Amino acid sequence: MADDPPPPRTRVVLGEATVHRRPADPARTDLADQTAISEALVKGLVRAQLALALRLSLVVVAGLGALPLLFAVAPAVGGFKVFGMHLPWLLLGVLSFPFLVLVGAAYVHWAERNEQDFTAVIRRPER
Amino acid sequence: MNPYLVPGLVVVVLVTIGIGVYGLRFARTTSDFLVASRSVSPSWNAAAISGEYLSAASFLGVAGLVLRYGVEVLWYPVGFAAGYLALLLFVAAPLRRSGAFTLPDFCEVRLRSTRLRRLATTFVLFIGALYLLPQLQGAGLTFATVTGGSYAWGALLVGVVVTANVAFGGMRAITFVQAFQYWLKLTALAVPILFLVLQWQSDGRPAVTPPAGAVFPAATSVVIEQDAVLDGIGPVTAGTTLHFAAGDPVPKVSTVDATFGAYWLQPGGDSGLLGTYSLILATFLGTMGLPHVLVRFYTNPDGASARRTTLVVLAMVGLFYLLPTLYGVLGRVYTPQLLMTGRTDAVVLLLPEAALGSGHLGRLLGALVTAGALAAFLSTSSGLLTSIAGVIFTDVLPPGRSGSVRDFRLATVLAAAVPTTMAIFVSDMDVSRVVGLAFAVAASSFCPLLVLGIWWRGLTDAGAIAGILVGGGSAVVAVFVTVLGADLPGNLAEFAAQPAAWTVPLAFFVMVVMSLLTSRRVPADVGATMLRLHAPESLRS
Repeated sequence: MADDPPPPRTRVVLGEATVHRRPADPARTDLADQTAISEALVKGLVRAQLALALRLSLVVVAGLGALPLLFAVAPAVGGFKVFGMHLPWLLLGVLSFPFLVLVGAAYVHWAERNEQDFTAVIRRPER
Repeated sequence: MNPYLVPGLVVVVLVTIGIGVYGLRFARTTSDFLVASRSVSPSWNAAAISGEYLSAASFLGVAGLVLRYGVEVLWYPVGFAAGYLALLLFVAAPLRRSGAFTLPDFCEVRLRSTRLRRLATTFVLFIGALYLLPQLQGAGLTFATVTGGSYAWGALLVGVVVTANVAFGGMRAITFVQAFQYWLKLTALAVPILFLVLQWQSDGRPAVTPPAGAVFPAATSVVIEQDAVLDGIGPVTAGTTLHFAAGDPVPKVSTVDATFGAYWLQPGGDSGLLGTYSLILATFLGTMGLPHVLVRFYTNPDGASARRTTLVVLAMVGLFYLLPTLYGVLGRVYTPQLLMTGRTDAVVLLLPEAALGSGHLGRLLGALVTAGALAAFLSTSSGLLTSIAGVIFTDVLPPGRSGSVRDFRLATVLAAAVPTTMAIFVSDMDVSRVVGLAFAVAASSFCPLLVLGIWWRGLTDAGAIAGILVGGGSAVVAVFVTVLGADLPGNLAEFAAQPAAWTVPLAFFVMVVMSLLTSRRVPADVGATMLRLHAPESLRS
């Protein structure tokens, strides 16, 4: 290992914008050819992932985003005490973080499942 | 002065340089410098992203804001963490799969427009500088607060250490440095807070907001820095030293903005719903547009690991943000004099000695939090500098010259020069406010570009340019209006101070409408690009 000459210093072009398409497996080539079927498959995947992301952001908007409005409309809520802490402090200062992580974990789980479904459809033998 | 302080700070700087030099042994090519050859494991990467993200505004600023304004500002830490959820849901995996290293690269990949790329470069440099400046300012102020040294030397010292580290180590070294600094920052807040809470217990759990108003926990002298009117004392001129005995009530100072009693404890104060929602919008959506955050995603091997890394980051950042709130709350009990001087950002630094006394324990813990603060400045400014330098290197410097590693170092020095010089001469801008404005600019320029670019086939280069110019441009104008302190009538001033609530929807709206009007310009290969952004990598090879 120590005998290997160090690789020459090169200028690296960023962004892979000009990278040539690799000749890939037939499924990939099919997709790149943009046949009507594969176009529809990709659109379906994008739509599924977007719907998932929007649904979960709705959960966050309903769970967290509604709080300022709630506190403004019903100031009495701000006075509740739980374990000696005022409710807004408990909700914002402590519980909001595990809530966000849970939503994130759910997203990762379902997004990967969407991708597995997509891969399975593409890889399925046509005949 | 605290005798543990100088050794603590020296250790942090030496370890930072040491890890940087260690990383240098592996850094041979430009790609080593810029993207760590994409061989960084997700847990290292997540710690590095968190370490880079938790800036002075998080380490010092959040606790200071909580001390000052109470429950209303808890939206800052929540928003800073939730920004990663938005990033995870809408951006992380597709962005990684696009192969873009910087935001200008993404413009090129998705919309094939050189003009858009140049516009994005301008915004990256602006946001980067806007975010780097308060980091260096915060470093200078901390240096002045804890050592009694000069502000300018503190800012210059951090500026030089960071520049040298980025120029000689690049990002591979930075990845290890950042990961180390996340754990240092977490330890520096978590260990002292254990002792502080125990102390609070053994003091008989003094009330955070006593019904009769806050009182001094011990004999305290306060130097008044501006002419002001004090409740129950009357007018006081600048430079007066006031002495208070333990148990004396803390007077309100007319020149210092802070909230007390029920307003501190319960929401619904005078900041207004618009301000709260604007802040939520800016922090939720601004994180994805910060240049130093996006660069990190390139170091993940594929889209799925980018997603998992982001989830770990969300957990790590959330864990961290549990702590500053406690400092702010205990600051109400042990350091109420900060509410008189207005230097609430110093609460994290001063609390250990104020609560535990100036024995060995208090001083050791004081040195620990100061070392953590230094780590916060170092890591965030290193990350910012790496990404600004990367953009200067690829988009500003003339291409095609030999000795490109030297060019990257030149780009680093160029990127550091302007913010460092500004930080030395500008010391009176409000740190946390400038950071918030950087988020607002990012949320109203790059957030719509990324979200629409990733999820909507109809986006065109003309639409993207128009949206960034109108939405991001008005946020930039709002930044200048607020920072320069222009006189505006009440309503307009509120719109300018919290621009995100109107600039973000405006940017989305303009981008969509303009794209629909120029739908002939949709790139011909949009289908292939969409496939590349969304299909799992396993289908590629």
